[in-house]
Amino acid sequence: MTATIDPPSSETIARESNIHTVLRARSGWQPINLKELWNYRELLWFLTMRDVKVRYKQTALGALWAVIQPLFTMIVFTIFFGRLGGLQAQTSIPYPILTFTALLPWKLFENALTNAGNSLVGNQNLITKVYFPRLMIPAAGVLVGVVDFLIAFVILIALMAWYHIVPTSAILLLPLFILLAVTTAMAAGLWLSALNVEYRDIRYVIPFLAQIWMFTTPVAYPIDIVRTKLPAAWQSVYALNPMVGVVEGFKWALLGGRPPGMIILISSFVTILLLIGGLFYFRRMEKTFADVV
Amino acid sequence: MWYSMGSVAIRVEQLGKEYRLGSAEAYRTARESLMGAMRAPLRWLKGDQNASLKSSDFLWAVRDISFDVHQGDVVGVVGRNGAGKSTLLKLLSRVTEPTEGTVEFRGRIGSLLEVGTGFHPELTGRENIYLNGAILGMRRAEIRRKFDEMVAFADVERFLDTPVKRYSSGMYMRLAFAVAVHLEPEILVIDEVLAVGDAQFQKKCFSKMREVAKGGRTILFVSHNLAAVRQICTTGIILHRGALIDQGDVNPIIDKYLAKELSEESQIEIVETASFKVLSVEINGESGPVIKTFDRVKVMVSFIPKVDIGDPNMYVGFLTLDNQRLAGLDFKDFKTSGRLAAGKVAELGFCIDNFPLMPGTYQVEVHLKDMANGVIEILSRTTRFDVAETPVYGGRRLDSWFGMIGMRAHALLNQRS
Repeated sequence: MTATIDPPSSETIARESNIHTVLRARSGWQPINLKELWNYRELLWFLTMRDVKVRYKQTALGALWAVIQPLFTMIVFTIFFGRLGGLQAQTSIPYPILTFTALLPWKLFENALTNAGNSLVGNQNLITKVYFPRLMIPAAGVLVGVVDFLIAFVILIALMAWYHIVPTSAILLLPLFILLAVTTAMAAGLWLSALNVEYRDIRYVIPFLAQIWMFTTPVAYPIDIVRTKLPAAWQSVYALNPMVGVVEGFKWALLGGRPPGMIILISSFVTILLLIGGLFYFRRMEKTFADVV
Repeated sequence: MWYSMGSVAIRVEQLGKEYRLGSAEAYRTARESLMGAMRAPLRWLKGDQNASLKSSDFLWAVRDISFDVHQGDVVGVVGRNGAGKSTLLKLLSRVTEPTEGTVEFRGRIGSLLEVGTGFHPELTGRENIYLNGAILGMRRAEIRRKFDEMVAFADVERFLDTPVKRYSSGMYMRLAFAVAVHLEPEILVIDEVLAVGDAQFQKKCFSKMREVAKGGRTILFVSHNLAAVRQICTTGIILHRGALIDQGDVNPIIDKYLAKELSEESQIEIVETASFKVLSVEINGESGPVIKTFDRVKVMVSFIPKVDIGDPNMYVGFLTLDNQRLAGLDFKDFKTSGRLAAGKVAELGFCIDNFPLMPGTYQVEVHLKDMANGVIEILSRTTRFDVAETPVYGGRRLDSWFGMIGMRAHALLNQRS
């Protein structure tokens, strides 16, 4: 139908010119439009790169922050929990590397969750002016967390060399645990970002939530403490936290020990439930974002 | 249903959008929601569970709007502030969802509701071109292909790797518009963005938009600049208080809109100076408020003198919107005189045969004088008027090459034998 357009653009046009769209009031729950998400995949990349570049341009230390945060947290944990708290005695692996191995996926999750949760409110100028799948915004927030993670990962490699720790073949499963952390952050981020549009309280809830979540995840302490000291009834509740699976998976993949099979299964299951719920809630709220934000 | 659309590019049927007003429209805090949830059972007990949803809390920004746009049409949407123009464009560009009715369209819709949506001040011009292009729905390959063209259009080659926060506002706007105008969807929705930039750049934008329209694409264009609407659009739609009141070919539609606007506007325009209370300044063509080049045009100023005026006099200046003076008439040169008594409505005016201004928007400046007492009072408000786009020189579209003054002329051709 648009044969008169100059040749260079005709292939783009031809591909999409026959798409017929009907807009009307939708009610209730909406399925996810995967084809549309795929069409906008490059936008995800550009939004992620925007946030990464802007942060590194605006801050004096730039990418170093991705390293400083987990490194200093590790030092503080080592002094107060490892030495003074006596946790070092509970484990055969040096406490600093144990806690850093846990902090890496934790920081990934925390940053991704925070970015995603605040993303819609932070991009209101886009939401009210142009259409694109809104899912791209929290998704880009999550990916920015992944960039920081990759930078901080270099430190872990250095630490492992320092302590002469050679990973086993379990390290091949590490990408799976990274994926689980990212998915969990996305799932919770979808809920929080959509809620944040309507209830600005969420901005204050996020750091608080992240803090509590960290202490119910074996980041600062080995999970054996939970296994031995927490009553059995509470252990199953504890295992429902999907980040337990992620952190234990990281420790196992990099430092060895007992494989956390059952925990991973429970974590994955909880994450998938959280993600499906988050996607549906997000889609349901999506149509009012531009009017409310 | 698409098979019945024929050459229709957009079909809008009974479209309506309702907004919640007041505090309910703004985001809520969790506390308010919790309180609301706690009060709900109480209200239910009292039997007025709908108490929180009074009809006065809602507003239909647009309602019951139906129209078809054919492929290749360039549609101008006109109406006052609050008539629902922006809401209509937001609905068409999918930013917001209709409350009732449907919009059907074929192909991609590209929307340009604001220049520079998604530009980030910290990023360089180059980075922003890619980011903004992607936000507007372009593929990376598409942006790369048009990159040089965009940069040339915006004229920012030297500053490509400078953060746009260091750009002048003109450069910023040029770059933003360049990206948007090179977006090539089948349907382009544009809101008022041409109001930015200097006159020269605006012309560049207009001609680019016409070029886009010639390529067979459908454009919906909202603007307060009626001359621009006439220049670019082929058909028009008038919105008034959320309803579509008229549609048709662009020139008659704009004429109708102006006639309606002017008739409503002239009643409210009262300006007071020390010795005059001016009731209205009216500019009319031969057949009412629509003015055409070479028409006989009347400028009438109606006022009440607050004191007795010994020798009433008036100056009327015709200016461009950027205050360039094009012509002026002074009453005293026409040797009309008389006395005016205080408190009685009086009129002074000029009748201009063969009005020379070319199509566009201009303004009239009025000075009222009493020569007997040496009083000159300049009205604080100028009056805007439009010269309708009509075929001044045999029907061709007029651009800057024809200037602002029209001339009655004959062409001559001779050859020596």
